[in-house]
Amino acid sequence: MTVKQTPLFLLVAALAIVGSFAQVGSVQAQDATPPPPAATPSDDEVNAVAKNMYCPVCENVPLDVCPTLACQQWRELIREKLAAGWSEQDVYDYFVLQYGDRVLAAPPPTGLNLLIYIAPPVLIAAAFYVVWQMMRRMRAAGNAVTAGSEMQPAKPKDEYQARLEDELKRLDRGD
Amino acid sequence: MIANLGYGALVITLLVCLFGTGAAIYGEVKKQPRWVDSARNAMLLTFPLLTVASIAIITLLVTNAFEVDYVQSVTSRSMPTYLRVTALWGGQPGSLVFWSWLMALFASAATLRDWRRDREFLPWVVVVSLVTLAFFLVLIIGFENPFVRYWATPSGSVVTAMFQPNGTTLYTPFDGRGLNPLLRHPGMIIHPPMLYLGFVSLVIPFAFGIAALITGRTDDRWIRLTRRWTLWAWLFLSLGLILGGRWAYDVLGWGGYWGWDPVEVAALLPWLTATPFLHSAMIQEKRNMFKHWNMLLIILTYVLMIMGTFLTRSGVLSSVHAFAQSAIGPIFFAYIVLTLIVSLALLSWRWDGLKSEGTLTSWLSREALFLINNVLFIAILIVCLWGLFYPILTEALGVVGQWFPTLAHIFTGQKATVGPIFYERATGPLWAALLLLMGVAPLSAWRASTARTLGKAIWLPTAVSLVGIAAVLVLSDVRGLTALLALWLCMFVTAVTLFDFYRSAVARSRAHGTNFLVSLWQLAGRNRRRYGGYVIHLGVVLMAVGIIGIEIFQTETQASLKLGETLSLGRYSIRYDSLAEFDTDDNRNVARAVVTVFKDGEQLGELYPRRDFFYESGQPMTIPGVRSSVEDDFYVLLVNWQPISTQTATFKIYLNPLVNWLWFGAAIFILGTFVAAWPEREPAPVRESRRAAAAEAIA
Repeated sequence: MTVKQTPLFLLVAALAIVGSFAQVGSVQAQDATPPPPAATPSDDEVNAVAKNMYCPVCENVPLDVCPTLACQQWRELIREKLAAGWSEQDVYDYFVLQYGDRVLAAPPPTGLNLLIYIAPPVLIAAAFYVVWQMMRRMRAAGNAVTAGSEMQPAKPKDEYQARLEDELKRLDRGD
Repeated sequence: MIANLGYGALVITLLVCLFGTGAAIYGEVKKQPRWVDSARNAMLLTFPLLTVASIAIITLLVTNAFEVDYVQSVTSRSMPTYLRVTALWGGQPGSLVFWSWLMALFASAATLRDWRRDREFLPWVVVVSLVTLAFFLVLIIGFENPFVRYWATPSGSVVTAMFQPNGTTLYTPFDGRGLNPLLRHPGMIIHPPMLYLGFVSLVIPFAFGIAALITGRTDDRWIRLTRRWTLWAWLFLSLGLILGGRWAYDVLGWGGYWGWDPVEVAALLPWLTATPFLHSAMIQEKRNMFKHWNMLLIILTYVLMIMGTFLTRSGVLSSVHAFAQSAIGPIFFAYIVLTLIVSLALLSWRWDGLKSEGTLTSWLSREALFLINNVLFIAILIVCLWGLFYPILTEALGVVGQWFPTLAHIFTGQKATVGPIFYERATGPLWAALLLLMGVAPLSAWRASTARTLGKAIWLPTAVSLVGIAAVLVLSDVRGLTALLALWLCMFVTAVTLFDFYRSAVARSRAHGTNFLVSLWQLAGRNRRRYGGYVIHLGVVLMAVGIIGIEIFQTETQASLKLGETLSLGRYSIRYDSLAEFDTDDNRNVARAVVTVFKDGEQLGELYPRRDFFYESGQPMTIPGVRSSVEDDFYVLLVNWQPISTQTATFKIYLNPLVNWLWFGAAIFILGTFVAAWPEREPAPVRESRRAAAAEAIA
C-alpha cells in the first residue's frame, strides 16, 4: 500500500464503520413484517416481536426469554395485539407510547438518541485520523534518517557512561 | 470474637498500607534504603493479615454465624459447605475482601523478586500496590464491612452495627437468606476468582509503568519485567470472561453465552486495552517505539479495571439515583479521576524522554499493522464505553429538562436501553477487521515489508482458504455474504498460522536433520512467545467459528405441547413425555420435564429441562436440557407448564450450530497462553553482571 492509497483506505474503513451504525438505527424498520393472519399468533411470532423489547423492570433480560409473570403478561398482550391485526411496528409504537423508548432494544434514531449512533463512528474516525497522521509523521521522520545511522548506538549521555561503554567493549574483547 | 478479629485484621492492614506508602516515599526521597525495606516488609505483611480477615469470614460462613449480616445474606442452613466457602465472593463486602486478599498475594509475589537490578523501581511499585490496596480497604472498612452484626434493641427492633450499641443484645436469626441461586453453579464459583485474579494482576504492570515514569527510566525495562505478569493477567481475565459466558449459557436460560449486559461489558473493558498492550509492548521491545502509547494503554487498563469494579459494585448501572445515594459510588469516582490525573500528569512530565527511537519505515511493516490492531481495539472500546455510559447519560441529562422545561421533551431523564443489537452491529465489522489483521500481521516483517514481500507470503494461504470457502459453498447450504466472509476469514487465519508452523518446522528439520514433529516441538520451545501467540490465534479462530455459528445460524422455536406431542426444529424434534414437580432437601421446588429427542426421526435419548424455584430467595432459575455435539447444541428450555395436571407444557428449543467450537477454541487459547507465559531462564543477567563488574572496576 502506498502512502497515497492509505487515506483512501482509511476513508473506506470509516465509511464502513459509519454504515454499520446506520444499520442499527434502521433495524426496527427492517424487522417490520406484514400483519399476521387473524388466527392466534404462534409463540414464535410473539417472540419475534418480544426479542426486540425489554420490560422496564427486568433489566437486561430480553422480553422473549424473561421468566417473570409480568413479562409473560406482556407477551400475552403482544399476542392479543398481533391477533387484532396490528403490525410489529404498531406493537412497538404502542409500548413506547405507554412506557417510553426504553422498552426498545436499541434507542430509535431520533432526537437526542441520534447521539448514540453518531458519536462512536465520529470518535473512531477521529482515532484513525490521529493514528494516520502519527504514522505519516513517523514515516517522514524515518525517511529523513538514513538507514545506517539507526543501527548505531545512542550517544553516551555523560563521561561516566562513555567510560563504562569503553570498559564493556574491552571486556567483550577479552582485554 | 471471630468477627472482631477479622475486623481488627482489616484495620491493621489499612494502617500497614498507609505506613508502607509513607515509608516508601520517605525512604526514596531521603535516600534511606532502610525505610524502603520497611515499606517492602509492610507490603509483605498485608498478605498474612488479609488471610486472617478472609479466614475469619469463611469461618463465620461455615459455622452458621447468622448474627453477622453478611453471613445471613449469602448463606443458609441448607447450603453445602463448599458453597458456604465460595460465598466469600457471593456478595459485595466479601468479594471486596477477597479482591484485596488476591491483590495482596500478587503484590507480595511481585515484591519478593530479586530487586538488585531494578532497585529504583521498588519503592514506587510498593506505593502503587499499597495505595490500590488501601483504597479497597477504605471501601471495605468504611462502607462494606463484612463483619457488621445484628443487635436487638430493648424496643424490639434490630439494628446493624460493628460494635454493640448501648443497651442492645446480639441478635441471631435462625436461618439465612441463602446464596443467590444463579451463583450456585460451578462456572460461577470459578468465574469471579478468575476475573479478580485478572484484575489484580493487571495492577503489577501498571505499578511498574508508574515506577518507570517516576524514576525516569524510559527504556523498556518495565515492559520486560512485567511481560509475564501481563500475560498471566490477560489469561486470567480471558478465562474469567469465558467462564462467565459458559455460566450464562448453562444457567441463564436464554440460549446464548454473551448478552452484552452492562456488567459483562464492564468486565470486557480492561481486556480491550490489555490485549493491544500485549501486542504493542512487543513493538517497544523490538523497535523502541510507541513508548507513550504503551504507557497510556497500561494506565487505561488500570483505570478501566477499577472502573469495571466500580460500575458493577456501585449500582450506577441500575440507576444514577442509586449511585448518588450510595457512598461507595462517589469515592470510586473520585479515585478513578485522581488516578487518571496523577498518571497522565506523570506521563506528560516524562513525555520528551519517551520519544520513539525507531521510526516507521513501511505502512505494511509489522509495527504498522500492530498499530492498526491497537486502533481497532480502541475503536471497540469506544463503542463499548459509549454503549455502557449512554443510558447513564440519558438518565443524568434529565436534569437539563428539569431546569429548562422547554427542553424537557428532549432531555426526558428516561434511561435508554442499549441492547445487544447495538454492540453486535457496531463491533461486528471491527472484530472482522481484527481477524483479518491476525492473518496478515504474522506474515509481515518488522521494519520493512512491501506489498511484494507480503503478497509473496500471502498468496498460498489465501488460495487455500478460497478453495475452502468454495468447498463450503458446494457441500453445505451456507449462503449469505456475512456468513461466507466470516468463515473465509477464519479459514484464512488458520491457513496462515498453520503454514507458518509448517514452513518453520520444515526449515528447521532440514537444517538440523531432525524429523518434522521433533522440529515443531523444538521450534515452539525455542520461541515460546511467538508460537504460543500463534496457538492463541488458532484458539481465537476456533472461538470465532463458534461465535459465527451461534450469531448467524442460531434458530429457535417455541410451542405448547400436550403429553405425547412433538415439536420440530431443523432435523431435530422433541416429544413431551412427562413432567414432575417436587421439593428438594435444599429448599427448592423443581419442575422437571422429560422429553425425548429425535434427529431425522431417529431416537437419540432423553433431556430433562427444568425450572428450579428457590424458596429462600423467591427466585426461579431455568436449567436447559442440552444435547451437545461437534456439529451443534440442541438446547431445550421449559418455559411454562400447567400446574397439577401437567398435561401441557411450553418448551422453547434452540439449535446452536458450531457453538462447541467456542469452548474448544477457548481451551486451545488457554493452552497457547500457557506456552507463551511459561517461565524461561532469562539470559540477561550474565551481561548485566559484566556491566556491574565494569562499573565496579571504574569506581
